[in-house]
Amino acid sequence: MIDSLFNGASWADAWRIIESEFLLATWETIYVTILSTAFAIIIGLPLGVLLVAGEKNGVLPLPAGLMKALNVIVNILRSVPFLILMILVFPLTRLVVGTVVGTPASIVPLVIAAFPFIARLVEGSLREVNPNTIEMAQSLGASPMQIIIRVMIPESVPSLISNGTIAITTILGYSAMSGIIGGGGLGKIAINYGYYRYKYVVMFAAVILLVVLVQVFQSLGTKMAIRSDKRLKH
Amino acid sequence: MIEIRNLTKTFRSSTEGIEYVEALKNVSITINDGDIFGIIGMSGAGKSTLVRCINMLERPTDGTVLIDGVDLKKLSEKELRAARKNVTMIFQGFNLLMQRTCLKNITFPLELIGTPKAEARRRAMELLELVGLPDKAGAYPAQLSGGQQQRIAIARALATDPKILLCDEATSALDPATTSSILQLIKEINEKTGITVVVITHQMSVVEDICNRVAILDGGVVAEQGDVREVFSHPSSAAGRRLVYPESADNESPIIGGSNQKFLRIVFEGAASANAPLIADMAIDVGVRANIAAASTKQIGDHAYASLVLGVDSYSDLEKALEYLNSKPDVSAKEVHIND
Repeated sequence: MIDSLFNGASWADAWRIIESEFLLATWETIYVTILSTAFAIIIGLPLGVLLVAGEKNGVLPLPAGLMKALNVIVNILRSVPFLILMILVFPLTRLVVGTVVGTPASIVPLVIAAFPFIARLVEGSLREVNPNTIEMAQSLGASPMQIIIRVMIPESVPSLISNGTIAITTILGYSAMSGIIGGGGLGKIAINYGYYRYKYVVMFAAVILLVVLVQVFQSLGTKMAIRSDKRLKH
Repeated sequence: MIEIRNLTKTFRSSTEGIEYVEALKNVSITINDGDIFGIIGMSGAGKSTLVRCINMLERPTDGTVLIDGVDLKKLSEKELRAARKNVTMIFQGFNLLMQRTCLKNITFPLELIGTPKAEARRRAMELLELVGLPDKAGAYPAQLSGGQQQRIAIARALATDPKILLCDEATSALDPATTSSILQLIKEINEKTGITVVVITHQMSVVEDICNRVAILDGGVVAEQGDVREVFSHPSSAAGRRLVYPESADNESPIIGGSNQKFLRIVFEGAASANAPLIADMAIDVGVRANIAAASTKQIGDHAYASLVLGVDSYSDLEKALEYLNSKPDVSAKEVHIND
């Protein structure tokens, strides 16, 4: 592996591949990550809210059996390794996208893997809201929905943003893994050229780009979380 | 008017071996419109539970709470939420929304009832003026001091023009100077708008400063209630004496006196009587020789009070002393039983 890094021919070869394929691959990685995160938030955010609000002492108590079921489902989905999950959801992927390979098809398993994760992150964020603040809203006549929408979520925005950053960087990592089932992006390049064709320079270049992307998302997210937090005196 | 009738609240206990804890036992209190009513007691006396039963944040186990004749227990969730616009609350920890500006905190209760934005804003600016913070509209709570935060909380509680304001240890987290300015504000608002205020506190000084009536809560039971001056100058219950005369000896027996002595408490209300040689006069005029068993002085509102516990040797001496002392202006005397 190390040898190829000192081989002039492999550098020229790698540069040719990088030039012709990396722009598209980077774009695919970004759009798959953002789209998957967006869909996962659409499912995971309300689910996370239910996990907190639906508790016995929550603002919108739900039947204990339903809460138990929600928790079990989240835990099961969270415990299946992503590689296995991609294969397990093939029928669903085929139903939604029409095919199980390719970039759009990789979004389905990513969403399935990410929404329970996001639900747990949202749950954690909402639990940070001071119960006294919720009592205050109740004392002023707020309904359960008003408490959720006007108190719990807005009060935990900084925490939601930093947890969202954790989610998007994790999903970025998963999206690279989906290169195995033909999902496009930097992951596919790393696997196809590096693992199958021993072009390690290409693989390293892909990995470096993934690292840079994670860095960018993380520092943007951290900055936004801090900027949004009005508890800090700016 | 708030009528609390035979209110009982039991909680399931988390302590092993005890299944239920009675936080409130058969509490009956009537609070009139425009009162500043103090509910005072040690921690664990049930004060916070009691105030939360008034707006049904806690459902009473038994008994009723009538607000202007309406039994809150019988209201549906929706009706109850509507009723809460009239019975708002401020808290020890202020409980402001930290991610909203002060202005947006004050408009919060108005948003809940769908008040148009411009109108809510206008009302909030009015209230900011009322609580003395007109320049803090755009500030966030974290940028304010504790006293300022409580002022914003008061403005928020007043936004829907409630008839009743519940204050749950509202000044307990504040320093003495800030406490008195917040109490002054509450009193001003009470005088200006006639709002009924219920003040929960463990601090005597809070009740002395602003309340006209008081109930002393002890172990979930109302030990006594009435006019503040009356209750504080002649506490009739052991709990009352513990609060009013924390340093006086008469709630710890024996006091300095013989075990077969009778005891009476004299309360002086005003400087004239405090200057008179009352005990010497009593010995000369009616021949009762008394020893001083305990003594304390106290400032209640704008009145100075001194309290003495005297010991006399016989029941007939006690009767003579009571009759003599009660005939003096600004002096009142009552028999006290040391061990109750």
